[in-house]
Amino acid sequence: MLNLVLRRLGTMVLIMLVVALLLFLINEGDPRLIARSVLGPYAQDEQLDAWIMQHGYDRSLFVRYFEWISRVLTGDLGDSIIYKRPVNEIFWDRLGNTAILAGVTFLVMVVVALVLGVLAGMKEGSTQDRVISVFSIATTSVPEYASAVILAGVFVYWLAVLPGTSSMTGGFSVVELILPVLVLTLYGFGYIARMTRASMAEVMTTPYIRTAVLKGLPYRHIIMKHALRNALIAPFTVIMLQINWLLSGVVVTEFAFGYKGFGALLLEAALRRDIFLIEACGLAAVFVAVFTQTVGDLGYTYLNPRIRFK
Amino acid sequence: MSVTEHAGASGDDAPVLEISGLRLSYYTRAGEIPAVMDFDLTVRKGESVGLVGESGCGKSTVANGIMRYMGRNGGIVGGSIRFKGRDMSEFSEEEIRRIRGRDIAMIYQEPMASLNPSMTIARQLTEVPMVHEGVSEEEARRRAREMLEAVHIPDPNRLMASYPHQVSGGQQQRVVIAMALLSRPALLLLDEPTTALDVTVEAGIVELIAELSKEAGTSLLYISHNLGLMLEVCDRICVMYSGEVVEEGHIDSIFSWPKHPYTHGLFGCIPLPHADKNARPLVAIPGQLPLPHQRPTGCYFGPRCSFFEPGRCDGDLVAMESVHTDDDPAHRVRCLRWNEIDHDAAVRVEETREPVSVGETVLEVDNMRKYYEVRETSLAALVSRGSPRQVKANEQISFRAGEGETVAIVGESGCGKSTFAKVLMGLETATEGEVRLDGTDLGSIPVKQRTPEQLASLQMVFQNPNDTLNPSHSVGAQIARVIRRFGIESEPARVQQQVFRLLDTVKLPRDFASRKPRQLSGGQKQRIGIARAFAGNPKTVIADEPISALDVSVAAAVTELLMDIQREHRTTLLFISHDLSAVRYLSDRVVVMYLGQIMERGSTEEVFAPPYHPYTEALLSAVPIADPEVEKRRIVLEGNLPSPLDPPKGCPFSTRCPRRLGSICDTDPPPVQMNADRHAIACHIPLEELRLVEPVITIPERDALPAGEGATG
Repeated sequence: MLNLVLRRLGTMVLIMLVVALLLFLINEGDPRLIARSVLGPYAQDEQLDAWIMQHGYDRSLFVRYFEWISRVLTGDLGDSIIYKRPVNEIFWDRLGNTAILAGVTFLVMVVVALVLGVLAGMKEGSTQDRVISVFSIATTSVPEYASAVILAGVFVYWLAVLPGTSSMTGGFSVVELILPVLVLTLYGFGYIARMTRASMAEVMTTPYIRTAVLKGLPYRHIIMKHALRNALIAPFTVIMLQINWLLSGVVVTEFAFGYKGFGALLLEAALRRDIFLIEACGLAAVFVAVFTQTVGDLGYTYLNPRIRFK
Repeated sequence: MSVTEHAGASGDDAPVLEISGLRLSYYTRAGEIPAVMDFDLTVRKGESVGLVGESGCGKSTVANGIMRYMGRNGGIVGGSIRFKGRDMSEFSEEEIRRIRGRDIAMIYQEPMASLNPSMTIARQLTEVPMVHEGVSEEEARRRAREMLEAVHIPDPNRLMASYPHQVSGGQQQRVVIAMALLSRPALLLLDEPTTALDVTVEAGIVELIAELSKEAGTSLLYISHNLGLMLEVCDRICVMYSGEVVEEGHIDSIFSWPKHPYTHGLFGCIPLPHADKNARPLVAIPGQLPLPHQRPTGCYFGPRCSFFEPGRCDGDLVAMESVHTDDDPAHRVRCLRWNEIDHDAAVRVEETREPVSVGETVLEVDNMRKYYEVRETSLAALVSRGSPRQVKANEQISFRAGEGETVAIVGESGCGKSTFAKVLMGLETATEGEVRLDGTDLGSIPVKQRTPEQLASLQMVFQNPNDTLNPSHSVGAQIARVIRRFGIESEPARVQQQVFRLLDTVKLPRDFASRKPRQLSGGQKQRIGIARAFAGNPKTVIADEPISALDVSVAAAVTELLMDIQREHRTTLLFISHDLSAVRYLSDRVVVMYLGQIMERGSTEEVFAPPYHPYTEALLSAVPIADPEVEKRRIVLEGNLPSPLDPPKGCPFSTRCPRRLGSICDTDPPPVQMNADRHAIACHIPLEELRLVEPVITIPERDALPAGEGATG
């Protein structure tokens, strides 16, 4: 197991380096474009050249890449062009905000999805199964921008029980978190629930569940002790993929509710070509993706003794 | 077999299980499917009853019905199941649950699949007494350990901490048995308990079940298609056909005087020791089992029965009738004509065949070796860069096969017979040595580099026809593709003609060409598999367990078909199998393999008679034979097959050999001793000594009569 962990971590570092290189090439491959985005559209060619010389962008890509990597590793993410401040000062706050939103959503979503998925899958074809399946397909088919508008219409304008924006201007507020979490959960839980349902239904038809039933175990015991663990192996990977989506896929929801999060920041940076901010956001998103997949693989191995003890 | 006495003597005991007039149905979109009709069965204390029949006859449904485990769409429609005198249909779900696993336990076909892969064996065992008797965990563990010792598990503590996939198939089945017996049930249902196991393992498991059930007075209900096994383990059997019992009685009575034409037909399908492919070929039962909702009127077996009498057999439902024999008053049969039919006279009309003369050598395997490298993935191994370990899958394989000859390769799973087939087919290349087909060495030519002629001349029939046909193409298209690929024909009309010719060859109607595999039965699919293999007029065909996935009557038909085609085309047939009865029946020569090495090879008569290699001897002893007249010496092998990664240094069989001489067997590879021209035995024991060994199987002399009829009361 330790072996596997070390190897997976090694792979993870390698992937990060490669992705960082791509990110670097796309953003900083052409020095003139950087100079242009820093100096603005009205700068003269001489000014651009002077800026390039001054900031060392005339050196080879390789040198600049390793320089950039070592700066990032020491915690220096560069300066934001639009905010005229170090990226570090804006970036971590925003990432923290999104982590709160994503974390809460993740907990609610996974719990709801697993419970509903298991309930649906343990009696495939029953009314219970059909109701849950139709519900989860329906909610997953409604895109976030639509459900954000509908839910805001109901809870903000009609019932007037929830605030319509979640900018957290008056400090952290749980109430402001409800709508974004609801929108994300409704959209995201369907995948996990469907996957869990299919996996659970399959497990329920296996001979070892028959063995458990014919051993005379109580139904609860069969579900909890025999079926659940095997049924959760397959959805686990999907669950880990959802974390990734929660970080970088929340752009729409954050924008809809004015939530000052990572997604909104990435959108802003991309629209205005704020190179260092884009790079920081990109690295963070890739890191989360690679890290969750690594954890996913390791967890999968841990859950499945057939892989663990070959 | 003297097991009949104690069942009769204990007549005062109330029956453990009493089923009468049971009808079980499934409900599907097509309507009610009556899976079991009018089923009666009584099982007394300590008795062992068998339920035989081909797949689809409803035997497993009966077991599920007893357990009331019919799924959402199945249920009991009529009749009663009484367990220890109480009607089970009155039981609530909760009562049924308490009976399951405590009073009635079950053992299943696939031990690996019936154990939970993500729970340790200890937890799966201990939960039985913990749930049923509410004992503490320590007490449950103690009982589990005791039970594992009782099923002869050498190291119960280590095993209990293991997960199912970490132990061998035989041990898994022992765990399943231990699990079933933990709460000392009154009745044990065994659904094909040894079908998935090797014969040598099967012998051990069968003995174990008999020993433990006798000790505890447990009644057994065996469900199997294997008549030979039934003869060894049961006191009484019920033969099922299309959802009903067609014949029942004491095992001796049924095996010696089968009355129902179907029972008779079954015996004609299995290769008993005195069957012979030329003089006394197998006779398959014509036709197919009717679907439950398409049963004919009158006798369900009518359309397949050669004694069918219109106007009589297709009238009313046939009732069970007693056959009063002196030995067995309980022998009953569901046939109107049972006392009119003279099976002796009827069977004699079968044809005999000319033996195939063996021609020149076609296939020659010379000192072939196949080693696999196993890469270590641990960090330590990566650092140390030691030489990779080797699995010696095939070691010094040499033999010859002539034109029209059938050579069987036998051995337990893991003996390297499939690796050998892969090398022949070019899926792997030989590490050393030569495999010459008509003089060309194919051992080093992978399949992609073989010419179409080479590919066509060496083809294969696979074990499982369901997995080897592409489900989304019609079978005609699949055969046509082979014909084009091998360059036999390219013009569409002529390709089509060839497809039709091949369908004729495998005795399927021509309009099957447009069918998809799912529209075919298992036997029909295997016929397509054979047609595909013979599409390029191959010189040699490798048949890898071609009949082991098929029902007995279908297997008989496919076996005969394969041999008819072989006779016509003078094909060399390599028959890979673990089924020694089939091997004895159809092969001319036998190669016995163990852990990648040839232990014995010779003609079929030579291999099946002393001198034997001790491994051949054990294999022969392990095969159940469905003939009460045949006497057999019992040899049960101890221990497991050694890991091919770490084989014994000397003789590969030394760890399990009952005739082990001493340390020489562990240290020195055995010499190959020639008993006759082409009969070789690799063993340290001198031939003179091996010649003195008594035959394992003694077949009584009789004037060539089929199963059961030779003896007169």
